[in-house]
Amino acid sequence: MLNAVAIEIRPPLAAVVAAKSALVVRPVLPLERAMRGETTFGEPGAEASAEELMTAVAQRRDRKAFVRLFETFGPRVKAYLIRQGADRASAEDLAQDVMLAVWRRAAQFDRSKAAVSTWVFTIARNRRIDILRRARRPEIDPEDPALVPEPEEPADRVVEATQRRECLHAAVEELPEEQARLLRLAYFEDKSHSVIAEELALPLGTVKSRLRLAMGKLRTALETME
Amino acid sequence: MMPEHHPGDDLLIAYAAGSQDEPVALVVATHLALCPRCRNEVERLEELGGVLLEEQEAEALGEDSLERVLGRLDEAAPEAPEPPARVPASVDPRVPRPLRDYLGAGLEKLDWTSYRGLDKAELLQEVPGFRTRLMRIKSGTAMPAHTHEGTELTLVLAGGFSDEHGHFLRGDVAEADAATDHRPVADPGEDCLCLAVTDAPLRLTGPFGRLLNPFLRI
Repeated sequence: MLNAVAIEIRPPLAAVVAAKSALVVRPVLPLERAMRGETTFGEPGAEASAEELMTAVAQRRDRKAFVRLFETFGPRVKAYLIRQGADRASAEDLAQDVMLAVWRRAAQFDRSKAAVSTWVFTIARNRRIDILRRARRPEIDPEDPALVPEPEEPADRVVEATQRRECLHAAVEELPEEQARLLRLAYFEDKSHSVIAEELALPLGTVKSRLRLAMGKLRTALETME
Repeated sequence: MMPEHHPGDDLLIAYAAGSQDEPVALVVATHLALCPRCRNEVERLEELGGVLLEEQEAEALGEDSLERVLGRLDEAAPEAPEPPARVPASVDPRVPRPLRDYLGAGLEKLDWTSYRGLDKAELLQEVPGFRTRLMRIKSGTAMPAHTHEGTELTLVLAGGFSDEHGHFLRGDVAEADAATDHRPVADPGEDCLCLAVTDAPLRLTGPFGRLLNPFLRI
């Protein structure tokens, strides 16, 4: 069944796959469009990607680059926090905190591992759990001797984090509306899947199977790419 | 040896989204420490979170927002809050972080209660609506058959057990819900150590189980 999905190449996905061969124009994400819409920008160039901006912040403490990141991500982090149940005033404060953490922890950003959006998402998520939920988030410790390591580190990551992000973006666009909607609910509303199921008047099993279907499609898209 | 029974996609999604209660997230995160495959999956799911964050409609920030943040860039970062007490790996190499940090002075120092080949120690009692327990089942012992009103998640840390749904070894996660009536039996040889989280009390189903039900809270 997976193969059937894999060979049915839809235009956006095909475009993404083609993007692997370097010089082909890659699809422009809304975020990048927003960023390019900015007026002239100094060092990293007017068309700098979020990753280039982040690198400028990490290596040169570049404030202009930070302002660009702030203008792009700040309002989205605020929107995320509001959907998670924060009132406007706390969402504003928390969004500022998150962006400040982006500045302070810039040195930890590793563009080979994650896109900036991924990194900002995890910072915002963890702040939310900390402050809004007042809970502890159990996480692995990569240095823990008891952690079971990867069987073998992949020699080089065949697909860059930013390419994977573009691929995921295209694949989300392709999802049937009911699956995409459910994914957004699962990520943005601080609710258990059973509460989501109740609100949508769906059996919990249907919610789970739709999420599983959505994940299957996203996985297939990523595999096609690698 | 890599785990063969993984948490379902819905659990991994909820972990990446950060929408789980702490006991459930603890099971998932401890599985991640033992399962490179699922660590990789969660990384992809965090990427998905980033993509969805980007796609969101922006919410205008306050007018002085940027100015306020720029004014704080040179501030010294506040002292990081005291990290929770860390338990060294030497205490019990079978228990990876994050679970290990919940053990206080170590596995043996927990408040264990024993009944018919089953030892139990409660963790995270402050979280309402869940029972989070470490269980040690004597090798070869069969548990009473039971169903669940809610969901039970069991992560094997040492030894293993079998039930109608398969054979579970270190790192494996067994998910059971209201439709599951199972009778786990610990493998012979080594005692089976697991972390079990239920979001509602179990219901014993055998005739003997029914009889014991009011007294034996398994």
